[in-house]
Amino acid sequence: MNLDPLLNSLLENARRQTPSDRVPYAFEQRVMARVRELRPPDRLSLWTVGLWRAALSSVAVAAILVGANAVVPDASGEGTPEEQLEVAVVASADPVVELWDR
Amino acid sequence: MGTETLAASSGVSVEVSDSEVIAAIRAGDTSQFEVLVRRYQPRLFATVRRYARQEREVEDIVQEIFLKAFTKLDSWRGEAPFEHWLMRLAVRTCYDFLRSHQRNREHAVSELNEDEESWLERQAAPASGETDSTAAQSLIAKVLNQMAPAHRLVITLLELEDRSVKEIAELTGWSVPLVKVRAFRARSEMKKILSRMEVEKYL
Repeated sequence: MNLDPLLNSLLENARRQTPSDRVPYAFEQRVMARVRELRPPDRLSLWTVGLWRAALSSVAVAAILVGANAVVPDASGEGTPEEQLEVAVVASADPVVELWDR
Repeated sequence: MGTETLAASSGVSVEVSDSEVIAAIRAGDTSQFEVLVRRYQPRLFATVRRYARQEREVEDIVQEIFLKAFTKLDSWRGEAPFEHWLMRLAVRTCYDFLRSHQRNREHAVSELNEDEESWLERQAAPASGETDSTAAQSLIAKVLNQMAPAHRLVITLLELEDRSVKEIAELTGWSVPLVKVRAFRARSEMKKILSRMEVEKYL
């Protein structure tokens, strides 16, 4: 079957009927309400949001480090963290003391 | 289109062009965008109704076009009329809609109603003279619904809106040869769908 005439007739009929350009009631108000939501926020609120995000991520990193420190066992064999801190502080003073003793 | 007569408080009528309205929006008076919405909404509704059947979908698409226009307003340089820029945005948004609804486009031929079947029969008969354009409209909607989004878009712009190949290339962002290839393939696809309808109607 030759479908070209059928297709042409179909398209010709469809072309004759143009779609309606009717606009729903108060449609522009609906669009403007959405546009107002899209307005860019002011600089102060951008800064506030940025600072809040930075603070939250810092807290999260700190919490992870504290958790890791508590869980990981002391493998150095040099005592507790408090003792290690004391050794480090004293060690820095030791050579000075030795020099003065000589 | 492109200008609007506004009654100013002094009683003097003022012609406001698109570029003046856009300059005001860019300066921070976003409420002026309503002028553009009022000016172009009938045109957009008519365009979008060619691609979406349900009224709720049509409204959502038109709204999306306006929101895109608002957010991308800075990219309008004023070299071409605002209406052309907006129509490009509209056509591309409709294309995105067709692609996102591609899965739902399959329809069984058995969904043809009596009017559509009789229209097909009348067209098949050599002596047929009169045609029922409503049935034809409904039938072509079903045919278009089964087509690939790119083919549907090109056939709508070329055959139903009577646009030139060059215009379609500008609207869609496709090259002129690509528009021609897709138009050719679109007609072939339509014929294939029609032939399937013809065959299955008599099974």
